[in-house]
Amino acid sequence: MKPLPDSRGYFGPYGGRFVPETLMAPLEELTQAWQEARRDRAFRRELAELLSTYCGRPTPLSFAGRLTKHLGGAAVYLKREDLCHTGAHKINNAVGQCLLARRMGKARVIAETGAGQHGVAVATAAALLGLHCRVYMGTEDERRQALNVYRMKLLGAEVVGVDAGSKTLKDAINESLRDWVSSVSSTHYVMGSVMGPHPYPVMVREFQSVIGSEALLQIRKQHRSLPKMIVACVGGGSNAAGIFSAFVPYRQVDLVGVEAGGRGTRLGEHAARFSGGTPGVLHGTRSYVLQDQHGLVAETHSVSAGLDYPAVGPEHAWWHDSRRVTYVRVSDEEALDAFHLLSELEGIVPALETAHALAYVSHVAPRLGPGQAILVNLSGRGDKDVSEVARLEGVTL
Amino acid sequence: MKGRLEQAFVHARKRKRAAFIPYITAGDPTASRTVVLARSLERAGADVLELGVPFTDPIADGPTNQRAAERALSQGTTLSSVLAIVRELRFSSTIPVVLFSYFNPVHAYGLARFAVDAAAAGVDGVLFTDVPVDEAEAAREALRRVGIDLVLIVAPTSTRERVKAVRKLAGSFVYFVARIGVTGTRATLEEGLQDQVRMVRKLTRSRVAVGFGVSTPEQVSRISQFADGVVVGSALVQRIGELGDAPELPGEIEALARSFALATKRK
Ligand SMILES: Cc1ncc(COP(=O)(O)O)c(C=O)c1O
Repeated sequence: MKPLPDSRGYFGPYGGRFVPETLMAPLEELTQAWQEARRDRAFRRELAELLSTYCGRPTPLSFAGRLTKHLGGAAVYLKREDLCHTGAHKINNAVGQCLLARRMGKARVIAETGAGQHGVAVATAAALLGLHCRVYMGTEDERRQALNVYRMKLLGAEVVGVDAGSKTLKDAINESLRDWVSSVSSTHYVMGSVMGPHPYPVMVREFQSVIGSEALLQIRKQHRSLPKMIVACVGGGSNAAGIFSAFVPYRQVDLVGVEAGGRGTRLGEHAARFSGGTPGVLHGTRSYVLQDQHGLVAETHSVSAGLDYPAVGPEHAWWHDSRRVTYVRVSDEEALDAFHLLSELEGIVPALETAHALAYVSHVAPRLGPGQAILVNLSGRGDKDVSEVARLEGVTL
Repeated sequence: MKGRLEQAFVHARKRKRAAFIPYITAGDPTASRTVVLARSLERAGADVLELGVPFTDPIADGPTNQRAAERALSQGTTLSSVLAIVRELRFSSTIPVVLFSYFNPVHAYGLARFAVDAAAAGVDGVLFTDVPVDEAEAAREALRRVGIDLVLIVAPTSTRERVKAVRKLAGSFVYFVARIGVTGTRATLEEGLQDQVRMVRKLTRSRVAVGFGVSTPEQVSRISQFADGVVVGSALVQRIGELGDAPELPGEIEALARSFALATKRK
């Protein structure tokens, strides 16, 4: 089988480039620049060097002993992306794309952010490489991830609040695309996940694939076999694609993506694209979209800002339809329980996004045998969520 | 109907002017007002009407059109109701209508069904803001079958290869985006616009209408000297937003549109 995507950026019927004509030539230029960079040994060396000496890679694989015992089934391993510099996997992609921007001679980068982790990662990489940085963020997300807003400002980035629609990630992407349409000759848009027009889905997946390559070696060494299952949360889908990609060829490994089930199953109450969405076109790509029958994009809800998005990366749509990956949903409440569970049993406060993956693990681990392993992508740490969780639980800090 | 769009350009040319193409968002302030506004624009001298299909995530639009879309959506406007507006308009007008839409509403409606229903309603052309020529094959085929023109966009950033690709699929005119940016009013015109339009006309062998940011009669007059058509959107939409559903809305818009229509004269 030919590797996907094809030359037009399609994963089966998903992907492509649905953007204003103004962005098409720049996207062609970006594709070419990235293709050249990934073949250039000097670029690869510089990226590898930064990932190790600046971001702290490789990240460890931790055996979660007390959690495993508590759940009473499969052995649970955690791929510790929370230990990356800035606290989440987002830095892998941000450093890669900012290096590329500098190589392309762009002095300015822009980014959208939901949880603030991608925004912080881009602000960080921009500071490191001397690029101007502006981050768009929905005002609802600015409220619930206030810590990250200030962090971005400390890093020298300009943060622009977006007060349209549901005031979350989707609206921040709209505004980023509008900025880019107007500034494309001087600016690179650092998209934060495996979504958007080609080449972003494949490029971001490749920058994140370091997670899976490391994890494959580590689990073989520490568990002495492949895991039975890999679990990752899916917002746009970059941490999941990053860890899945190394394991996709191993059919015996079950891959599970966890979406935000929010507070209910009606449209508007969740962000579970694969159970509530249908194929559509949003933000430059064809994929599953939460929308009404008129093709109007629905509002979404999740306790976690990073999963609160009505579309999903096109490769996930392809993995879904071809049944290589199973997608499940976890509610706000279950995620909050898992947030506490991991904190108390392992001494790791996870991001609320990640807590969705952990909630599914606590359902499924008891049903698997003790000889089997579950590998969870611990995509980020929860420092950014501490004050919001306190607020939700009625605690005044 | 292709004939009507073609005729509109021929008609304008005979009168020594560029075609005047006003844009409004369907359903803003209400569906019935849109029909009335279309008639006002026609009386003011519009040759072609561009009707925007409101969408939740208009990434190619500046604040003025974004707000118009929000107003239209809050009235419950959908693609089906936009087609109903065109049907209604057809009782009293034969002005060529080009729908200006993001792709997702049409995708959800179903391309083939949309083409048939749009043709039956009396739509003449369709322009997708977010379907570049690379993705346009299926839409163009579905629309061609029912005799609707696909209007493709060329931008200042488009390479020669891309412009040539547009030529293969272009209908009776192509739409040249006057500037690198989103829709909205602008104080000045881009330098070199005339050369760009000449180049696009040569490479696509199509008529060229110029839009995005054209907002004063002076700008319309300058563009009319070298383009086949001029699109004026945000300046009208802005005024519609200010007036809302006020009784003087149709008269005011007619007067404003007339000032643009008169400026299309070739010197
Ligand atoms: C820690 C963490 N995990 C997951 C996500 C979701 O993004 P993705 O699905 O692209 O990994 C985010 C997004 O902000 C995040 O901060």
